[in-house]
Amino acid sequence: MGEIVDRNRRAKIIRGNFHTLWCRMILLAVILFLYMPIAVLVVFSFNDSRRNITWQGFTMKYYNKLLANDGLMDAFLNSFSIAIFSTLVSLILGTLTAIFLWRFRFPLKHLYQGIILLPVVIPEICIGIAFLMFFNQIGWPHDLPWPFNLFKIAFAHILFCFPFVAIIIRAKLSGFNREQEEAAIDLGAGVVRVFWDVWLPYLKPSFIASSLLAFTLSLDDFVITFFTSDPNTVTIPIKIFSMVRFSVTPEINAASTILIGVTILSALTAMLIQRENVVGEKPEW
Amino acid sequence: MVDPIIRLSGISKKFKGKYVVESVDLDIAAGEFFGIVGPSGCGKTTILRMIAGLEIPSSGSMWIAGINVELIPANRRPVNMVFQSYAVFPHMTVESNIGYGLRVEGRSPREITEKVAEVLDLVKLSGLERRRPHELSGGQLQRVALARALIKRPKVLLLDEPLAALDAKLRKAMQDELSKLQRDLGITFVIVTHDQEEALSVTDRVAVMRDGCIQQVASPAELYEFPENSFVANFIGSANCFSGVISNVDGDLMHVLLLDLETKIIVNRNSQFAKGDAVKVVIRPEKIQILDIGDSVPKGNREANLLSGVVTDITYRGDVSMYYIRLHEGKPELLKISEPNLLRSTVSKFARGKSILAYFPAESVWIIET
Repeated sequence: MGEIVDRNRRAKIIRGNFHTLWCRMILLAVILFLYMPIAVLVVFSFNDSRRNITWQGFTMKYYNKLLANDGLMDAFLNSFSIAIFSTLVSLILGTLTAIFLWRFRFPLKHLYQGIILLPVVIPEICIGIAFLMFFNQIGWPHDLPWPFNLFKIAFAHILFCFPFVAIIIRAKLSGFNREQEEAAIDLGAGVVRVFWDVWLPYLKPSFIASSLLAFTLSLDDFVITFFTSDPNTVTIPIKIFSMVRFSVTPEINAASTILIGVTILSALTAMLIQRENVVGEKPEW
Repeated sequence: MVDPIIRLSGISKKFKGKYVVESVDLDIAAGEFFGIVGPSGCGKTTILRMIAGLEIPSSGSMWIAGINVELIPANRRPVNMVFQSYAVFPHMTVESNIGYGLRVEGRSPREITEKVAEVLDLVKLSGLERRRPHELSGGQLQRVALARALIKRPKVLLLDEPLAALDAKLRKAMQDELSKLQRDLGITFVIVTHDQEEALSVTDRVAVMRDGCIQQVASPAELYEFPENSFVANFIGSANCFSGVISNVDGDLMHVLLLDLETKIIVNRNSQFAKGDAVKVVIRPEKIQILDIGDSVPKGNREANLLSGVVTDITYRGDVSMYYIRLHEGKPELLKISEPNLLRSTVSKFARGKSILAYFPAESVWIIET
């Protein structure tokens, strides 16, 4: 009894501390420190000045310039094409991997599981260089027409995206009640109906979560893309990097803002889709 | 049995080289409420899953409604199952859960709505059509699972530990409802349970299983009064079991020397056994009467047994009290006796430490092979 009272009091003290001015200020400072740079970047994309030092007034002209910049627009197109393609492939590969690891037992399973997760832990720079050497060794053609010239980057992106998909789907699968599948079969459902009526609704939140993760990972990857891109397959992070080498113009701010906007928008969409589908259930990611 | 709805013949199931079910022969009659009981891991659920087609037998043949179902997959067998976890689809409403089987069959929406309303009424869930499973209680989920399986009017309804997750009160109520439902619908029910009391109270016939083999198939009363071996005797209800040797056969009676108690008791003659046979003696606790040392023995005492002992423990159960008696004779062997609590009293009729006589007539003893 005494111990319970004691624990309650201690919990109260901890909670009490959190509400004190000090803690709130630290929290605020941390948030400011982390988010201020991003806020400044967004705000200065509307700055009516060649240089990013003082606020001169509101303008949209850098967004207009951006739209007129063919190189930048090509980079956007490349980035999105690669991101969408590698997300789709990662989703399929990752799901199959997860089902394979969940459903079957085989020798050296743990080793195999570890190997699949390697791309997550290996430093990106190493993967990048490995891909550079690999594509040179096999003599991958440089002069493929668009969009086939993007495959090199897409393959590299799939490699580091699909383990994340596999991890998320595998985690979700371990909570699956096999009796639900059996109940559907028992009530007359064939393989296709079982998939549509049982598996798909169950895995949908994980599909959304993992494809969102894969999409953003692919969209903003720099290091690996740097080693696998050609002069005519420039993606947005690469393009921005090359522009920064000359000077940081508001145009770069505008491009970055669009990138941030797309990321946030896709996250919000995913959350909305989730909320519509699982009324009353907590999202699981 | 004229026409069994389910016939298993030499059915075995091996998992990783080990037999979970070993050459089981079983006939289940149409319209019967059949139970399969046994301790966990005895293979009873595996049998049920093999009937449903969710598990494929390693050997043996099976007929459902006269048709060999060896090549018929689970989704085309005329049986439906209520799963232990209920397995209600979480993303569907009660209505679409129950109508699922008909939707898969491709019935018209009007027909489905009609039939769903009908079974909802049957399981007393009317008014909850639009609810989602996470808004329902355990008992309601159970009813949804039941309705979902019944809507297709299966030839056989399989129930896998359907009441295990419910609290005691609700379980009793559902047991009554299940047997009423079975009688009204006339569908064959096969229930798997580890709860022998549940099996006795709802079923017409029960198979007792152990280690993948069927020990006995009989009506509940037969299982209780005439168990074929000591496993059944101990698994169904509680029993006093003693080993003994038949020392003498005398007309309608036999004398059995109880080895541990070094005492003789008389039992009714059983033509299966002869003098000198080693047997097990089974006496149900409620068939023994406790007498005070000074009490007069009830009439007809020539064919009755009287053992003296000391009350060592008492368990009060409301309707009855269980007395644990250490018999004077021989080693500290315990005898369980249940006495109805006829009087409204908080004091036990026989106090702990009291010397008593245990009285049981010859006909209340049942002997089985060791």
